[in-house]
Parts: sequence; C-alpha cells; structure tokens
Amino acid sequence: MEYKLKRIKRRRVIPGFPLSMGITLAMVSMIVLIPMASIIICASDLSLQEFIQIVTAKDVVSGYVVSFSCALIAAIINCIFGVILAWVLVRYEFPGKRFLDGLIELPFALPTAVAGISLTALYSDQGWIGGIFAKFGIKIAYTKVGITIAMIFIGIPFVVRAIQPVLEKFDPQYEEAASMLGANGSRTFFRVIFPEILPAMLTGFGLALARGIGEYGSVVFIAGNIPYKTQIAPLLIMSKLEQLKYTDATAIALVMLVVSFLILLLLNIIQVHATKRTT
Amino acid sequence: MKKRMKRMVALSFVLLLAVEGLSGCKKNSSSSDGSVEITNVSYDPTREFYEEYNVEFAKYWKDKTGQEVTVTQSHGGSGKQARSVIEGNEADVVTLALAHDITAIEEAGLIEEGWINEFEKNSSPYTSTIVFLVRKGNDKDIKDWSDLIKDGVNVITPNPKTSGGACWNFLSAWAYAKNQYNGDETQIKDFVTKLYKNVSVLDSGARGATTTFVENGQGDVLIAWENEAYLTLDEHPDEFEIVTPSISILAEPSVAIVDSVAKKRGTEEVAKEYLTYLYSDVGQRLAGENYYRPTNTDILKEFSDVFNLDLNMVSIDDFGGWNEAYEVYFQDGGIFDQIYTQ
Repeated sequence: MEYKLKRIKRRRVIPGFPLSMGITLAMVSMIVLIPMASIIICASDLSLQEFIQIVTAKDVVSGYVVSFSCALIAAIINCIFGVILAWVLVRYEFPGKRFLDGLIELPFALPTAVAGISLTALYSDQGWIGGIFAKFGIKIAYTKVGITIAMIFIGIPFVVRAIQPVLEKFDPQYEEAASMLGANGSRTFFRVIFPEILPAMLTGFGLALARGIGEYGSVVFIAGNIPYKTQIAPLLIMSKLEQLKYTDATAIALVMLVVSFLILLLLNIIQVHATKRTT
Repeated sequence: MKKRMKRMVALSFVLLLAVEGLSGCKKNSSSSDGSVEITNVSYDPTREFYEEYNVEFAKYWKDKTGQEVTVTQSHGGSGKQARSVIEGNEADVVTLALAHDITAIEEAGLIEEGWINEFEKNSSPYTSTIVFLVRKGNDKDIKDWSDLIKDGVNVITPNPKTSGGACWNFLSAWAYAKNQYNGDETQIKDFVTKLYKNVSVLDSGARGATTTFVENGQGDVLIAWENEAYLTLDEHPDEFEIVTPSISILAEPSVAIVDSVAKKRGTEEVAKEYLTYLYSDVGQRLAGENYYRPTNTDILKEFSDVFNLDLNMVSIDDFGGWNEAYEVYFQDGGIFDQIYTQ
C-alpha cells in the first residue's frame, strides 16, 4: 500500500492524490451513497411484514414483471443491433458516417419526455409507422411492444458505445488469419470476433438493461398505463408519491434497486470470466 | 499520509457545505426598487388563464401600490404540484385542482387551518365541470355516461391516483350510476368497472390524456375538464364536439395562500390581493373567457351562451367531502383499485 502510494506520488498527472481522493469520496457520498442510504433508511421505517405486504401487492408485482421483462427484451435486441451498428461504424467508410456516429448519442441528449412523445406519435395506430402495423391488426403504442421500443431507444447508445472501442482496436489480421486457416465467415465471427467483443457487449447489455428497468420519462407516454397490463414499476412509485406515501414508494424502489444491483453484479462476474478466457 | 487524507476529505466536505449554504441564502423577495415577486403553483389546464390573469393583476397592483409585481407560474398534475410545495418548492400561493391537495399541504404545516373559508365560495373563485369530448360527427353516438360502457367504445381518461382531474371524472361517472341504479352499490361498481374496461390509455395527467386523444388520435371519447374541452375546440375547430352528460360534478378548484412561505418572504399582502382579485369582475370575466365558470352568478350569466347552465351537477359534499371520498375511492385498496383486480 505504502509503496503503491509513493509510486503514484512520483508520477502523478493530476496534482495531489489526497485532494483528488477527497473530492472523489465527497462527490460519491453526496451524489450516490447518501441518497442510496436514505432509501434504505426511509424503507426501514416499515416492519418486515409491512414491507413484504407492499412489495408483493398484486399491482406492484405486475409492475415489476412489466418493467423487467420489457427491459430484458429491449436489452437483448439492443445487443444484436448494437453489434451491427458498431460494426458498420467501425469497419466501413461511407458518406455521412460522422453524422450517423453523432446520431447514436442523441437518445442521451434528448429529454426522455420528448422521446416518449415523439415515439408515441410515430407508433400509435394513427402514426406513420404504427399506421402500417395497424393495417395488420398489430398495435404498438400503448402495449408492451411500445414500452420495449421506448426502452430500445434509450438503451442503444450504451451497447454501441461499449462495443465500438473494442472493435476499433481489434486487428483485422486475426480475421485474415482465421480465414486463411480455413474458417468460414460465421465461424470467424463466432470463434474469433465474438469472444473478443463479448465482455464489452455484456457491459452494454447491463447498462441498457439497468437503464430500461428504471426508465420512466419516455415510457409513461407510450405505455397505456393500464394496471396489470402496461403499468411499469416506476409509475407505481410515482403514484405512491402522489398519494404522499413515501415509505411505500421507497419500499418498491428498494426492491428495484436490489434486483438491478444483483443483475449488474452477475453480469460483472460473467464478464470477468469472459475476459479471462480471451486473454 | 492517512491523516492528511482525512483532512482533505473533511476539507472537501466543508467546501461543499459552504457552497450549499451560500446558494441557500435566498434574496429577499421584495427589494428596495419597489418590485415584488410571487410564485403561483397551479395545475395543468390553468396555464392559459393565469398567463392572462397575471398581466391584468400586475396592472392592477401597479395602479394600487405603484409596485411592479412579477408572478412566476408553475404547472403540472395537481397532486404532483402539491407534493412539490410540501417538499420545499417555495410557492406564495397555490391554485390547485381539488381541495384535497391543498389539505395535504395544510397537513404538512405550511398552510393554516381554515384556509377554505379565507376566500369566498369555499375559496373557489371559478368552478368547472366534467364533459365529454368526441370526434366530429360523433359516430359512436355518445350522449351520456351509459354510452361509455357500450362494447367497442374506446374511452380516454387519466388515472385518478395520479391526476386530480381524473378523480372528478371518476366521481361524475359514479354519481350518474348512483342515480341510475338508485344507490345499489354492486350495480354502480359494475357500471364503473365496465367503463374503465373501455379505457385504453390511462395517462398520468389531464394534459397527457388530452394529447393522447387529440394529437395521437386515440379513443372515441375523452372525459375532460370543461375548460380543456373548449380550449381543444378553439385550437382544432371542426374536429371535435362537446357532449354534456345528464349528470356531472361541480368541480371546485381551490386557491390558498401558503402562509408559512408568504410570511417568510413578506409577500402576504400581495398574495392575498392576488387571490382576492380573482373574484373581481375583471378576474371573473377572464375566467369565463378561458372557459372556467365564474362563481359570480351575474358574470356567469354573461356566459350563458357558452356554458350549459341547466346541467345537473352533484358536488363533492354528496360524497362526504374530499377526505372521505379520497379514502373510499382512491386510496390503495380503495374502489378504484378493486375495479382493476376483479
């Protein structure tokens, strides 16, 4: 420890390890740890029995199911399209590439409500895209499909931005070597490229999933918000808050927090294993 | 090394707290140059009305006292707005959709008891009611509440658990069914359940529901505030029609001074005048022009060509007042929740 600190001291770029560490700790406490702890403290006002009663109420459970299942599907779809998008952006040169590249981040910059409203307008049965599907009797907006689409929209940048740098560093010589050794296209992809981008993809998957689970702003517009059908868990938290039931709201939030944390932890473990295998 | 690190951590904390403390020092609202600022926290559909009213009030206040007044407006779902005030959004006055939301602020200790009698007519300078907005031609032939439970009729209304306006919608439907079935609880519940089965989108607020119906073309009928319905007609002439049901509810949006904030900021006088002026002829006419029903009956008559004055209206007192109604119908496990678990 002492040795390490000395080394940092000798070669520091940003001056003052104690100062920067102090700022880091203060910021993390202020912005992440204290608010998180307050959720737990607030929820601890409840007895265990009350807590269980709140978080296992029928409408709450159905809210979790809607949020988690839609976020999962959205994250999987994001992984598939994220890889293709990243691949195109890294490997090909075409006019407007820079523009397209910048466009990827738009879902980050756009206020989620704006995204929700425009997606709804587009995918409702009166909208441009929704209208086409409506002819075949498929409803998109105000169903779980709509929720999933909103979650895909807000999650795609995570996957693309996670995979892109890995692909950029990936030497095309490996692919050449693979094909010279007689591997066909799909074999090259699954045995050579895929293991290389898998850890990054898992990171993107985890981030997109976590973001989707907690998403409120864009989803409320495109979801019909019908209890037991299209009501997401964050909306239930909002409606508890509106009724000034703070402890109920935090109890639901706590369950979401714990489940999301477990998912991310699990993904991290898988990722570590995946990285070990490739290096 | 460790000691130094600790000191640094402590120092950064102190720095952050100092910054927080400095920004916490609000400047006094009435400054020496004779101008004053007040904040009116209101609900969704009053936007247009208060925009116009604030201009009129500023003129009036300037004439009376020589002071410039700036009114900052804030709009949103009524319940959400009440919560923001409770959590520290410094409003001098609140003008919300239902008395229940103001009572919640009172219970948090920010408004003094008895606010409802502080101004005339239960502190409701204007009232409204619930009507139906249908698409031009009224293809589904919607005339009354009973048409909303027919098969194939698609209804849009917000969720009463998140929207004040939606509570009024629910209670009007209930009042109709109560009258229809002579108070038989099972049948009333059955009626309302059928109605909500026909609801395809349950938005979280009244404006959201209007957007869903008007802009996104969902549903055959929107259960709406009367003033929202008229505003929609103004904005989209020839696309919609208003249908007045046989029974509706007298919605009394209430106003109140947030005593603790006004006292602290020294704005009690201007806040009181701001709300009192709503009852003046100017304020009442402006309300009427924005499709709120003026509580001054003489001025209401001036608008008899706009409003259906023969409408049979029940009031919240028929439900035992807001606190009781909220407890019975909208609390967790209340009648609204039961409708969806069946």
